[in-house]
Amino acid sequence: MRIIYGALVGALALGLAGIQGPAQAQTKPGDKLKVGFVYVGPVADYGYSYQHDESRKALAAALGDKVETSFLENVPEADSERSIESLARSGHGLIFTTSFGFMEPTLKVAKKFPKVKFEHATGYKRAPNVSTYSARFYEGRYICGEIAGKLSKTGTVGYIASFPIPEVVSGINAFMLGAQSVNPNIKVKIVWVNTWFDPGKEAEAAKALLAQGADILSQHTDSAAPLQEAEKQGKLAFGQSSDQMRFAPKAQLTSIVDDWNAYVIDEAKAVLAGTWQSKDTWHGIKEGMVVLAPFANMPDDVKAKAEASTKAIAEGRLHPFKGPVVKQDGTVMVKEGESAPDPMILGMNWYVKGIDDKLPQ
Amino acid sequence: MDALSPILAFAAAVAIGGIVVAAMGRSPAAAFVTYFIAPLSEIWSLQEVALKAAPLALIATGLAFCFRANIWNIGAEGQFVVGGLFGGWIAVATHGMAGPTFWVLPAMLIAGTLAGAAYAMIPALLKVKLGVSEILTSLMLVYVAELLLDYMARGPLRDPAGYNFPQSVTFDDAARLPYLMEGDSLHAGVLIALAAVVIATFVLARTLFGFEVRVLGASPRAARFAGFSDARLTMAVFAISGGAAGLAGIAEVAGKIGQLQPSISPGYGFTAIIVAFLGRLSPVGILVAALVIALTTIGGEGAQIDLKLPLDLTRAFQGLLLALVLGADALSRYQVRLVPGVVR
Amino acid sequence: MTLDIAQMIVVTILAAATPLMIAALGELVVERSGVLNLGVEGMMVLGAAAGFAVAVETGSTLIGAMAGAGTGLALSALFGILTVGLAANQVASGLAMTILGLGLSGLVGAGYVGLKREPAPHLYIPGLTDLPGIGRLVFGQDGFVYAGLALVAGVSWFLWRTRAGLILRAIGDDHTATHALGLKVRKVRFLAVLFGGACAGLAGAYLSLAYTPFWAPAMTAGRGWIALALVVFASWRPLRVLAGAMLFGGATVLQLHAQAAGLGLPGQALSALPYLATILALVLLSLGRRQGGSLAPAALGRVFTPHR
Repeated sequence: MRIIYGALVGALALGLAGIQGPAQAQTKPGDKLKVGFVYVGPVADYGYSYQHDESRKALAAALGDKVETSFLENVPEADSERSIESLARSGHGLIFTTSFGFMEPTLKVAKKFPKVKFEHATGYKRAPNVSTYSARFYEGRYICGEIAGKLSKTGTVGYIASFPIPEVVSGINAFMLGAQSVNPNIKVKIVWVNTWFDPGKEAEAAKALLAQGADILSQHTDSAAPLQEAEKQGKLAFGQSSDQMRFAPKAQLTSIVDDWNAYVIDEAKAVLAGTWQSKDTWHGIKEGMVVLAPFANMPDDVKAKAEASTKAIAEGRLHPFKGPVVKQDGTVMVKEGESAPDPMILGMNWYVKGIDDKLPQ
Repeated sequence: MDALSPILAFAAAVAIGGIVVAAMGRSPAAAFVTYFIAPLSEIWSLQEVALKAAPLALIATGLAFCFRANIWNIGAEGQFVVGGLFGGWIAVATHGMAGPTFWVLPAMLIAGTLAGAAYAMIPALLKVKLGVSEILTSLMLVYVAELLLDYMARGPLRDPAGYNFPQSVTFDDAARLPYLMEGDSLHAGVLIALAAVVIATFVLARTLFGFEVRVLGASPRAARFAGFSDARLTMAVFAISGGAAGLAGIAEVAGKIGQLQPSISPGYGFTAIIVAFLGRLSPVGILVAALVIALTTIGGEGAQIDLKLPLDLTRAFQGLLLALVLGADALSRYQVRLVPGVVR
Repeated sequence: MTLDIAQMIVVTILAAATPLMIAALGELVVERSGVLNLGVEGMMVLGAAAGFAVAVETGSTLIGAMAGAGTGLALSALFGILTVGLAANQVASGLAMTILGLGLSGLVGAGYVGLKREPAPHLYIPGLTDLPGIGRLVFGQDGFVYAGLALVAGVSWFLWRTRAGLILRAIGDDHTATHALGLKVRKVRFLAVLFGGACAGLAGAYLSLAYTPFWAPAMTAGRGWIALALVVFASWRPLRVLAGAMLFGGATVLQLHAQAAGLGLPGQALSALPYLATILALVLLSLGRRQGGSLAPAALGRVFTPHR
């Protein structure tokens, strides 16, 4: 009896008892647009996924009745294809897949649903209905570097890093170049924690850096733990992904905020208007995708300098990777008078001169 | 009673879940449809249920041999990861290779199976030779395997043209399991899992080896008197469960994922332990249990999309369901009697 | 390295060791009674969420810590009913508790994301806490750390100096014989499970109230599993739990300090260290058994049903 039952369920699952065909997403201009988001972390991480979910809420607020939004959180990258496809099947006309690891699954699902538009964050492969987008976080890191270079009394800044991918490495380099621009002898101590999110370990890394003489912390991990540790010890720090001022009102100098709102709203509007096109977007301070949280806990002259540099970057007068940029071993990577081309920044796997650390391979 | 208890437990879990859903201001009826009916009403989602159930069923079937013999391999997650890693390694090494490629996929499947089995030999040997508890060693080795994959995917096996991002090249077609249906999602891994269930049913019920396993589990002393070597049997059931987990790992990599990533499993190896018990250690029961777990996972995604119910609710529901089924099962199996008025 | 940096490092290690230590001590008592609870991670993360939520609502760290321990205890009661009362399989039930705990913690914590509290206060005795070298280490910890250390002493005293502790250990070694002697096997095991759950919940509350004072989903990040490893590594002895927790916590902290000092090491290899060390410890233990070394509780993980 049990065997018969099992065989029955097995047959069911094999699709022999399918009842109806798949519902294809049909979006015509003018219809209500369903917009889906796929997050790799929990929306409550108060970091990367949280910030993306803020843009989902902003979209709902901005376009009101014209859109309906939904999201899937904590989607494992290796098991994401089904999650993406279930959004495509349930009538979503625009889908944001917000983690690098969703790249191949996004492309695969996109092939099956040519009418649905996909937006993949931080990837590099596109298709006629797949756009990619990312933010020039390194621009914000350069400003942070400047501030740290100005404010550090010990001449040593701590940097909590996650994984040695180009985004993180270019962030460290930009931070160092910014710091060197105001203090040529500044030192950056780097600790790799091999995680995006582990408050306990991030706090331990912060403690280690502070104990070793760093008096300002920068982080490329998602939790507010390092900021809180700095606050506890009366030191200074930079936030990450979102404005984390509420966690450390006396320690946060500024925070590199990922502001996807404008981009997400623009893309949804484009789909509604029928003008959406596949493209690669890499926006920075100028377009408002990278925002520096209000400068705080610093003297007015440092604040003025930071504001001036922010403006200069926005107006294109200042490029964090303007030449000469020299590698650790002395090789000139960017010549005097030039600035680093985008592909170099996107694939960065070397440190600039002055960083006293070996890049993990 | 025997067949009824899981159904009663399921009904109780659904009732509790319904109350919570109502408390959150959603319709329990709509939630029930989204969780349990909607995934069964489309060919696509039926395929996805089968896909999600396949690795669970395959791993749990292997584990059934262990658990029946009273051997506690709880490191299937690690054996899954190692199987995916070593099988996938062949795909990376032969990427873009000239010449005949028909052997690549079979070699991957074999390598994955062997790697999983070999990795399971560590706790097996430690148990047989030194008497070290296999529960703890196999669990510890899960984390070692995960970190090894993490290291390999970020380091040596990384796609050289992939901007240093932590993933390997995407496998060639020769290194992918073929698709069974249109829609490019249901791959041949499902057939592997079904075959494993059929073979395991036969082996456990009809062969001397299956008998030995059952005797060892029921009474190690009797097994020794009967002349069965418990050391040999321990090694054998570890090899079977490790091999099955390794095969599931490479099938997942060659079927669904198509490349190596720092993490390839959303916890299949651990979930499979629960599946094995829900299925009462019988391969067919395991298949049913795997399908139920897969159904709630996919229904949970539907609930997030359609009803905006949080993922945590699905997780809590799954945990509750498992606890209730395990409890009800134990209740019916051991016939715990409540004797009123008697103080013992 | 100055004395103060050395003290700073030891203080950091002790803080990192505290959640591992508290959770592991609870699990040690559970395992000594013959039950294997693989749900520690779930009880810990639920304790973190509930502890933080209650502390925010009441404004009291102490009440928050008690709530954390209480929810851990409640979840372990379910585990106890399943495994001790109904004799369900311990491995599967423990894993189910982990899934349930993770889900519930997300539901409980959902309203408390992005809130911050002051960390649990640290002891400060003028004069003593300012002593160079050892002042902060001995006289400047928060209540959880002192509670954890007291727990080491308490569990140690209980297991080896009391009749109840002897009974608990005897039951963990042979439930059939102890049952035949008329000892209440299931009652003792159930109480042990409750104690273990409360400890796991308290360890979780330490994370969200003292160590990194905010709530974030899955903030325990696998520490419950390390606590399980730690019990084995410590060969089921409380004092060795203290030493092992310092070692496990210390490995991470020292690695981060080494990096900050410019001595890099591959992160994955170091992260794997606690697990490899545990396997090694198991091997050494079994090798040393002939010389009378400590053993795992003989009935660990075995189902007990009085009728059979």
